[in-house]
Amino acid sequence: MSEIPAELRYASSHEWAKNEDGTVTVGITAHAQDAMGDLVYVELPEVGQVVAAGDEAGVVESVKAASDIYAPVSGEIVEINEALEDEPELVNNAPYEGGWLFKIAMSEETDLDNLLTADQYQAQIESE
Amino acid sequence: MSETKLIFQLSQPGRSAVSQAPKAVAEDKLSAIPAHLRRQQKPALPEVSEMQVVRHYTNLSSKNFAIDKQFYPLGSCTMKYNPRGANRAAMLPGFLNRHPLAPETHSQGFLSCMFELQNFLKEVTGMKGVSLAPMAGAQGEFAGVAMIRAYHEARGDEARTEILIPEAAHGTNPATAVMCGYKVREVPVGKDGDVDLEALKAACGPQTAGLMMTNPSTCGVFERQIEAIAKTVHEAGGLLYYDGANLNAILGKVRPGDMGFDVIHMNLHKTFATPHGGGGPGAGPVGVSERLLPYLPTPMAGQRDDDSYYWVDTDTLPTSIGHLSAFMGNAGVLLRAYYYARSLGRDGMIRVGEFSTLAANYLLKRLEAIGCTAAYPDRRASHEFILTFAKEAKELGVTAMDIAKRLLDYNQHAPTTYFPLLVPECFLIEPTETESKEALDEFVDAMAAIMEEARTEPDMVKEAPFTQPVRRLDDVKAARELDLTWSE
Repeated sequence: MSEIPAELRYASSHEWAKNEDGTVTVGITAHAQDAMGDLVYVELPEVGQVVAAGDEAGVVESVKAASDIYAPVSGEIVEINEALEDEPELVNNAPYEGGWLFKIAMSEETDLDNLLTADQYQAQIESE
Repeated sequence: MSETKLIFQLSQPGRSAVSQAPKAVAEDKLSAIPAHLRRQQKPALPEVSEMQVVRHYTNLSSKNFAIDKQFYPLGSCTMKYNPRGANRAAMLPGFLNRHPLAPETHSQGFLSCMFELQNFLKEVTGMKGVSLAPMAGAQGEFAGVAMIRAYHEARGDEARTEILIPEAAHGTNPATAVMCGYKVREVPVGKDGDVDLEALKAACGPQTAGLMMTNPSTCGVFERQIEAIAKTVHEAGGLLYYDGANLNAILGKVRPGDMGFDVIHMNLHKTFATPHGGGGPGAGPVGVSERLLPYLPTPMAGQRDDDSYYWVDTDTLPTSIGHLSAFMGNAGVLLRAYYYARSLGRDGMIRVGEFSTLAANYLLKRLEAIGCTAAYPDRRASHEFILTFAKEAKELGVTAMDIAKRLLDYNQHAPTTYFPLLVPECFLIEPTETESKEALDEFVDAMAAIMEEARTEPDMVKEAPFTQPVRRLDDVKAARELDLTWSE
């Protein structure tokens, strides 16, 4: 079974979110990268772009499929993981560490409450 | 099988092939090209004999999987047999040597074929007008959504910024909507493969420009609530786009125009048996309902009162979205489709729909009987259907990709894999009406053998293929380190 860190929050569309003083780091879960297979391309949003929770904010592409990435919370994109341009495999190798995608300066703290807990996300992928 | 060298690696200085040697060009003809635009060095072309060229490419062609050699059940692609007669007709010198700029009086035969083809396609789809101008399915989609945009803009209705697309739509639809400047909103599909009607109702509003769908959908099932869907979208002021990817299933049986669609594109290289070009010439005619008639792309074939034919262009149809290419569509492909439609006739087209659906359902039931899992076991298949190998992947470690690769060893082209995305570890299988029962049975035998191998020798299946010119390719490396240019 894929790793699902207890301290993170999760979107049903398989993104994880980690809040550090209002800056939320976003990535895709170990389960999601496993389902996608080896990534060959990652498209990230632009720094300064303002997104609403649920907006498309990027694309991950593997040899099997391309999949949209949705912003789990609303706010402004303040940083993107530029290393992924040359090394998309970081997402496969370390989805919760070096494979993070972007960071959002969260505008609505309550957005986090709409995300799933680790237990709820676990239950979701078991029912899929 | 030995590794084939590149033609460049066969090159020896001074060798040439008479039939391919360039004709000498007189200096006075070259002088029309300014000196700074002429190349100073000869291009690095391989120097090989005619015999080497023939042998090299004949050997390469024999390594291909092809509809002329094998069963090719590529779902969503409708890889049916391309009748040789259609090819012969399109190669008649009168068609082949016609210049696209020749005067209308010299093109009456060609124009009459195009005019009749427009009418056949109108009749079989139930639309009010057809343009043959789009050069391929993607351009047909572009033309279709461009017409939806032109329609809303002509009415001053500029608040419509969204195109709705069900999860089970054809994969190209979101790209088309974005190309035409729309935002895409996805509509979920229920467990039975039908659109979630409540979610659709919630998504519709004054921002809705239209809905793009495929029916039957890429789930391989016919959308049963199509009338309610059409009503919902129309009441919100949006238009309905029909992606013709799966038209083969309903050909002659149900018409998109009667389902309430406003615009449709057809892939003649699928439904009308013209060759799939590997990115080469296709044909994606568009059909429209009454209200989109003013926007059809030009040129189209028209008929005057005296029965002569002419080109309908933007001078007579100024509201048209205009030209999509220098001329009108791919003439040779359209002629093949014309021949196909004429040779089938109305009754033949109905049999296409019936037999493509019968072949798919026969294959589905037989594959279920040997232990394959259908993604929608309670639904009857359309002309294609989905199997899921999620159980095999979990319990045996054998994935859909492994089974697909092993099929090659049984001389069967693999079906479409991992599409649609909403079904895990899936095959999308489309046998088409041109396959015999014997060919379908051979595929079932191959699948039965592989399912047994997956249980008894899973590690072997994971290593397949063994009998092909190459073993399993590193497609991740190929995508990450794209290298298409030969260099020494």
